[in-house]
Amino acid sequence: MRAGLVAGGAARVFVEALGARRDARRGLALAAPALLWTAAFFLLPSGAIVLWSLFRREGAELVTDPSLDNYRRFLDNDSFRLAMWNSIEVTLLVTVLSVLLAYPLAWAIANRVAPARQRLWLMLAVLPFWTSYVVRSYAWLLVLAPEGVVNRALMALGLAREPLALSFNQGATVTGFVHFFVMLCTLTIYASLVRIDPRLRLAAADLGASGAQTFLRVTLPLSAPGVAAGAFLTFVICIGDYVTPQILGGNTQLLLPQVILLQISRRADIPMAAALSVVVLLLVTAAYLALARWLTTRRA
Amino acid sequence: MMAALARHGTAALVMGPLFAFIYLPVAVLVLFSLHAGSVPVPPFEGPSLHWYRAVLDNDRVTGAAWNSLLVGVLSSALATLLATLAAWGLARHRVPGARALEALLYLPLAVSYLVIGVGLLVAFSTAGIGKSLWAVGIGHVVLNLPLAFAVVYGQCDPGQARLEQAARDLGASEAQVFTRVTVPLLRPAILSAFLLSLTFSWDEFIVAFLLSGFDPTLPVVIWGMLRTGLNPATNAAGTLVFLVSLAAGMAFELFLVGRRAR
Repeated sequence: MRAGLVAGGAARVFVEALGARRDARRGLALAAPALLWTAAFFLLPSGAIVLWSLFRREGAELVTDPSLDNYRRFLDNDSFRLAMWNSIEVTLLVTVLSVLLAYPLAWAIANRVAPARQRLWLMLAVLPFWTSYVVRSYAWLLVLAPEGVVNRALMALGLAREPLALSFNQGATVTGFVHFFVMLCTLTIYASLVRIDPRLRLAAADLGASGAQTFLRVTLPLSAPGVAAGAFLTFVICIGDYVTPQILGGNTQLLLPQVILLQISRRADIPMAAALSVVVLLLVTAAYLALARWLTTRRA
Repeated sequence: MMAALARHGTAALVMGPLFAFIYLPVAVLVLFSLHAGSVPVPPFEGPSLHWYRAVLDNDRVTGAAWNSLLVGVLSSALATLLATLAAWGLARHRVPGARALEALLYLPLAVSYLVIGVGLLVAFSTAGIGKSLWAVGIGHVVLNLPLAFAVVYGQCDPGQARLEQAARDLGASEAQVFTRVTVPLLRPAILSAFLLSLTFSWDEFIVAFLLSGFDPTLPVVIWGMLRTGLNPATNAAGTLVFLVSLAAGMAFELFLVGRRAR
């Protein structure tokens, strides 16, 4: 009797387990095409980059004995190292400026615009996001060039006697970048600001907190995920972008992506380009680890 | 009254300068696309549609626009299809290690486009696959799959599972459940994912630059136009590209907002 119950229970567990396995297989089968595509065209190429970074070019020949020569060259070569430091400097500056400018904008939309119109204002705030990034950098050139709009305006107003050097330098690169990433960060920060329960702020006020205290102790900490998400996306896209510095930055202070493209197009040195790409990946990983505390992959 | 004024005052004080900064380059781009002179700098002369005519008569530009559209539509359709199947599979079935699989699908978002492009360049040249629009399309599916997956996955809610179960109880096969229940329920999300992918593919430069060979996409051709310096033709081409993206972006916004409003 008891044995029969136990056997029945065991059978049911077994059937359920079978069902769960079939369910898991079905789910996996549906996800398989996307997973295989990612494996074939993302993981495999990433592995290929690491592998090729261990090869090296000697003259016109490709030497495939694995070695760390490219990395040694990276550490020994001043222009490579300088490009990395330039990249880190520009990217950190852009990330900080973008968050500092985006926060008040996102805050104003979330707190000073009627709820029904917030969506519209947010859309307006990020509308130029849809310009292609090649075109966007070119548009900044129109603004900042020696005979561009800003210089012409300054001279017409008598504020400058000759055109200021606003383009073809690192300042122009930073300006072009910040323009794009202010819009991106406004989106992520706004998203976390509107998720804050307004009753929390009322409670803080009831407990005697001033406006500034409420902001610093309630609003700011609760919007940290939006800030972190915006900062991380800014870092990843900014440190890998070739177009903005190439159009706006001039040729004096190259960034890592420009040096990578130089290896490919000018020298056909794919192994060195691969090694420098690994350096970019390592920098992105460092940024991720720094921000990981606040980055959550919650489902919306 | 004073309080309301103060509220609007701070809002204007904060938003005014930032909006000016955000719109300045776009305004200059569009304004000088209508310039009659041959260098797009002040003082403005015009308006004239001369440079739009010049761009639309340029076979290289229009050919590249068709290439961009072709790559965009095909790669976005494929990315959306793969993303929808994966989202459905992972949201409705209990797959062991689902978190890790999700993380793998999102991973390309955390890697710079340049690195993904260099990786594909290296992998394709190792495998003996030449540069072509197909190679660009494969790359664009990689770039857009995580975004499309995020959009569709975010809209798979448990309430839909009950409707699917009801269809199954009424005798529908799995394929019927998917095409007659799941896809209609997810249609706004699927369309959003497609449109978002399309705008990103349409604008994408670095992967196309590395992989397109002799058949360039529009951003690559515009890149080539920059070599002539400041040129109203580039303004006109840039404005046209912007308008197409804007239309797709607005459509994306409407589908997603329409979905949320329900």
